[in-house]
Amino acid sequence: MTAYDVASDRSPQRRSWVLPAPSARRILLKEFLPYAVPILVVLIWQILSSAGWISTRVMPAPTDVAGAFVDQLLSGALVHNVAVSGARALAGLIVGGTIGLALGIANGISKLSEQLTDTSLQMLRTIPHLAMIPLVILWFGIGEESKLFLTSLGVLFPIYLNTFHGVRNVDRELIEMGRIYGMNGWTLFRKVILPGALPSIFVGLRYALGIMWLTLIVSESIAASSGIGHMANQAREFMMTDVVVLSLLIYAALGKLADVIAKTMERHALSWNPVYQR
Amino acid sequence: MSGYVSRYAPRPGTIEPLGGQRQTVSAGATEAVSIELRRIDQTFGPNRVLRGIDLDVPAGQFLAIVGKSGCGKSTLLRLLVGLDRPTSGSLRFADRSGDTVEANARIVFQEPRLLPWARVVDNVAVGLGQDVDENTAHVKALMVLDEVQLLDKADQWPARLSGGQRQRVALARALVSRPGLLVFDEPLGALDALKRITMQQLVSRVWRELGFTAILVTHDVSEAVHLADRVIVLDGGKVALDLDIAAEHPRHHGDPDLAVFERRLLNAILGAD
Repeated sequence: MTAYDVASDRSPQRRSWVLPAPSARRILLKEFLPYAVPILVVLIWQILSSAGWISTRVMPAPTDVAGAFVDQLLSGALVHNVAVSGARALAGLIVGGTIGLALGIANGISKLSEQLTDTSLQMLRTIPHLAMIPLVILWFGIGEESKLFLTSLGVLFPIYLNTFHGVRNVDRELIEMGRIYGMNGWTLFRKVILPGALPSIFVGLRYALGIMWLTLIVSESIAASSGIGHMANQAREFMMTDVVVLSLLIYAALGKLADVIAKTMERHALSWNPVYQR
Repeated sequence: MSGYVSRYAPRPGTIEPLGGQRQTVSAGATEAVSIELRRIDQTFGPNRVLRGIDLDVPAGQFLAIVGKSGCGKSTLLRLLVGLDRPTSGSLRFADRSGDTVEANARIVFQEPRLLPWARVVDNVAVGLGQDVDENTAHVKALMVLDEVQLLDKADQWPARLSGGQRQRVALARALVSRPGLLVFDEPLGALDALKRITMQQLVSRVWRELGFTAILVTHDVSEAVHLADRVIVLDGGKVALDLDIAAEHPRHHGDPDLAVFERRLLNAILGAD
């Protein structure tokens, strides 16, 4: 009897009273709330700058940064530099990501491959790759090779580690099931191992994206003749703080964009996973 | 109970078209196989898990293997489906005319073991192996899903199904290739009592309709008696009791004739302590 009482308690009318349908105001609040703090900070910053309490040599006013954005956009320098940096990031991600993915899969599947390369990779991983900048400049100068080398190296390890971990942790029982049903080699890999490792690979990818931008910023600031890092560094020489801050904001935007793309891919590829079902 | 029977009674038209369909694709692989085990020994290091098992299972029989944990029943099962090879002894499958054949053996595990990233219908299609083209596999998978009453879930992710539904998908995956031997490894252990009964009746129905040789490994004596023609008790790697269950199918829970068999089996298992 009690069961019926509970059931009648959860009638639709009652529930809609407890949890009202989201109103337009609620939705607005939900969308707006995450941006409330940044907007407030920018407002206070603008007020302090306009009042002359912050020197433009320390920090430009938000309006100056906006002005720099328009100037750079109109001169075409901004588009050029963003394109150059974006291409470098993508090239590094593709080269480093492919190597990391291949090594992770090989070592996850083959014991021999793991014994042959894992220890060496772990040793290399402990070297901060940015510490290699002087050596890289000696090897490649400040050409594209140096940036490609450093970003690839930075991206390689997180992808390698997470792919390796993902492949190793694919449910043994599913692999056994696949074998019983006649899957082997490529089919087993495509239908069982790769999809099973994918959630972990995506964790590696998103981690790698962070390292990718970090590496690019540092290497462009030190050894480049184009790109956003170079733009910021050049602006520093002319004390153009507005362009410096603009460069930082662009890095932030690009980083966010890359993460959103990765997240969307993740949600799409892992739609079978209850965690990603909305 | 009667309501249940009518719901799961064989429906003309659900099995036959599938049989016809499969002949056009891979004729002649559905025949039940008989099994002949001779002096099977299985040793893992110092442990002799199976000790000289001799066993003949006629084609189309429903055999249940019961026994306590560690009696060797899972080991025997792995040999039957070819997951392991025996340390010594011989294992032979034959068709009804006595010729040695490859057993088209399938297994339903304790856990459904569905691919979480494949939709229900694609999980069932896995059971057809790799040689069947995609469209045929899809059609056959849908037909078998209809047999296990899950056609409406064909495009769902496995994560969205209940435990009992997942196990039915696993059964469909095993059935889709029309196996000659189907082995159940405590397939109902994780289900609640009512779902167990429903699943048992589904298993019994498909066995009667398709006529494969079935081997059920379980530690539930009542389930064994309910489903099987014959129950063997394994103890210490040997056959301790071999009992024919002479009762008509379909059987009903609470049948006093079955209770007699149940008591004999329980005595054999517990008495062996």
